Amino acid sequence: MRIGIDVGGTNTDAVLINNREVLYKAKNLTTPDITSGIINSIDEIVEFAPKRFNVESVVIGTTHLINSLLERKNLSTSSIIRLCLPSTTLLPPMVDWPMDMKEAILGDSYLLHGGNEFDGREISKINKDEIVRVTEDIKMKKISSLVINSVFSPIASGHERFVANIVAEIAPEIKITLAHEIGKIGLLERENAAILNASLVAKATEMIAAIKKAISIKGLDAPLFISQNDGTLMDSEYAARYPVFTISAGPTNSMRGAAFLSGLKDAIVVDIGGTSTDVGILVNGFPREASISVNIAGIRTNFRMPDVLSIALGGGSLVDEKLLTIGPESIGHNLTKESLVFGGNKLTTTDIAVAAGLKNIGNFKKVNNLNGIMVNKIQNLIKKKVENLIDRLKTTVDSVPVILVGGGEILIAGNLFGASEVIRLQHADVANAVGAAISQVGGQVEKIYSLENINRENAIIQAVQEAENKVILSGGNPETIELVEKEEIPLSYLPGNVIKIRAKVVADLQIA
Amino acid sequence: MWTIENDSIESISIGAGILGSGGGGNPYMGMLRAKEMIRKYGPVNVLSVNELSISDKIVCVGSIGAPTVGIEKIQGIESYYALRAIEKLLNFSATAVVSNEIGGSNSLEPIIPASISKIPIVDADGMGRAFPELQMKTFFVYGVPPVPMSIADDKGNVMIISQANDPKTVEDMARSITVQMGSVACYAFGPMDINQILNTAVLNTLTLSKNLGDIVRSSIKTNNNPIESILKVHSGKNLFEGKIVDLERKTIQGFTRGKVLIEGLSEYSGDRMEIEFQNENLIAKMNNTVVCLVPDLICIVDSEKGEPITTELLRYGFRVTVLGFPAPKHWTSEQGLKVVGPKAFGYDFDYSPLLFKELK
Repeated sequence: MRIGIDVGGTNTDAVLINNREVLYKAKNLTTPDITSGIINSIDEIVEFAPKRFNVESVVIGTTHLINSLLERKNLSTSSIIRLCLPSTTLLPPMVDWPMDMKEAILGDSYLLHGGNEFDGREISKINKDEIVRVTEDIKMKKISSLVINSVFSPIASGHERFVANIVAEIAPEIKITLAHEIGKIGLLERENAAILNASLVAKATEMIAAIKKAISIKGLDAPLFISQNDGTLMDSEYAARYPVFTISAGPTNSMRGAAFLSGLKDAIVVDIGGTSTDVGILVNGFPREASISVNIAGIRTNFRMPDVLSIALGGGSLVDEKLLTIGPESIGHNLTKESLVFGGNKLTTTDIAVAAGLKNIGNFKKVNNLNGIMVNKIQNLIKKKVENLIDRLKTTVDSVPVILVGGGEILIAGNLFGASEVIRLQHADVANAVGAAISQVGGQVEKIYSLENINRENAIIQAVQEAENKVILSGGNPETIELVEKEEIPLSYLPGNVIKIRAKVVADLQIA
Repeated sequence: MWTIENDSIESISIGAGILGSGGGGNPYMGMLRAKEMIRKYGPVNVLSVNELSISDKIVCVGSIGAPTVGIEKIQGIESYYALRAIEKLLNFSATAVVSNEIGGSNSLEPIIPASISKIPIVDADGMGRAFPELQMKTFFVYGVPPVPMSIADDKGNVMIISQANDPKTVEDMARSITVQMGSVACYAFGPMDINQILNTAVLNTLTLSKNLGDIVRSSIKTNNNPIESILKVHSGKNLFEGKIVDLERKTIQGFTRGKVLIEGLSEYSGDRMEIEFQNENLIAKMNNTVVCLVPDLICIVDSEKGEPITTELLRYGFRVTVLGFPAPKHWTSEQGLKVVGPKAFGYDFDYSPLLFKELK
């Protein structure tokens, strides 16, 4: 049995799962300290099944850390070492950052010798004295977090590792983020993602320690895992080092949960919450990754993020009956106080759904005298907005199955344009916690190969093997390894055949 | 004369994206680099050709290589190294620089040597759009020699091509040196004098790209129809409006080839347009009839915002408008078509100009 918990902005959802069965689900308000909400949920589950169960693992998905980035609060000062000289000096670290964010994080940046060319040749040799000098400087300034980014490190990570070893020897207290472990090819975007990660390490360490303590107080001795943006999990120590991998785990868990509960591996998932709708696409059971850069808190990054489109449309979105518009304002979790059906005076999309007879919640008499034509028009507008998102995510004209999850799924009646079928699930309201509970271990590799040195088939085999090794190292059971993504992208404007290969494998957690 | 500042860099990169006809690469890095140079060295002046004097010595600079490498090993001041190498080799001082290609990120490259050397940029270029290869320049078609050409890398290494039998040979040699240099490099050749610029360059294209970018940005701000505004700034045709319903893209010998199928919306409802591309958009067919073809410009822009969409960014579901602009006259002559006409890209039919075609 496993426990999955999703800490959302409004609710903390938890499920107890055995194989394919949801044994129990709990919904509690999210608390500002995160942990009380988690404890409340665990309490409920323990009460439901006291000592009758054997919990193998607890998986928690929380996007809480993104708030630190958005509010520019609790961020650690981080220094940056870029290994690049004499190349790549024109655009210094954080060159395209908003000023307030730069000021919230800024440590010093150091451009030093090292780095590689696209074909693995060294740009220059690492200068050990230089590294020692810089480390001592960082140590003296008492900066606790450091990013090491080397040119083409996603292809050749040796320089980053070498420098990390030197730094660790001189100043073991410094927390190091290696850029190649965070982002893809694209020096600035990878560096940006790594800096965000480094700035969150202290806060994440504190948060995870608090969660661990809370769980152990409840007498659960099951190991704690944290959900990642790509739908796989990481152990709590790893998560404390790579917090940036948690900040989009919410939408991903909803999609993974939808896949699991519906049994579908390829579908579009529409998650309608209280204030917003997220739409993503499942490919082989996992969310499709965003292929272009992703903007986080005003900063361009390129790490593994689900390709999710969001609009301000939810069960609490306000409706303007004269202008016939929806949102973007929402009353969110005050829905049960302020909306018409719950005795308030604000017209929301939920009131429209009740007026249209889609759902019987609250007091339907309160919406009896709404103008029928208006109700109809708003209903169509809601559908149009969702259909438009579905269409933007698709890659072909073919219809695809659409799975509705989240509390706001009541807003949608009947079929949707572009959908081959619309699937509603029994546990749609806790799909995200289910998604957390079922997470597997993942391993991903992205590499550039020149086909003059290796043939295509061998290059693919090599990349897949490397991903498999990663999975086993991260605690995956070798017998359950499954290849979920394999992509080759030829590079343009290069003579000879140069290709980029991406491989991703997953495996069940090896339970010791 | 006008001055390139931070704000004009944003506009130029949008306008140059439109003139790139689907090619020219992602201008983001070029934009950041140009801004950084201006922050360090101050604004750069742009001179129209009438403001040049008979003694001016103008060097053309450009960037060559793989965009995928350029986002990782970000270019620095290679084009300045290349300029210096040509000056030293031929023992002169350049009084201005000029862009080789207005389409895409190469439009901003001259800002780098111009800002360091404190010399102006001439309001012109050697393509009037984007093309994939070095020999495809109006300069060479009308007699400017491509050699000696200097090619510089990010470490300050320079190679000179001192002799080549034709411009295509220069392209082949430069391309393989570039790979050796880590797959991104910059080149320079010249100097040209005012007469060479007058007789061979496509004029006023930097101003054109700035004006296009300005109008797109102000249309977005004021919620005006960007398509009409674009056509007011640069005369061309609104060829089609619709939604991308199919996309085929593959890389053959280092070049991206493919086609995109667009299904008509609003006044084009029921019609289809197919555009074939090879880095740049080459040929547009409406309901199987050719309506615009290379070297005329076929530009795909976002229907709502008017922002250009390069061939690598095309995706199913985008709402796009296809604009056609007549090619600069340099390309529609017999010599021009030999280098960049339909046949140069492997089609077996002749060029016919855009504006004589009857559309819908």
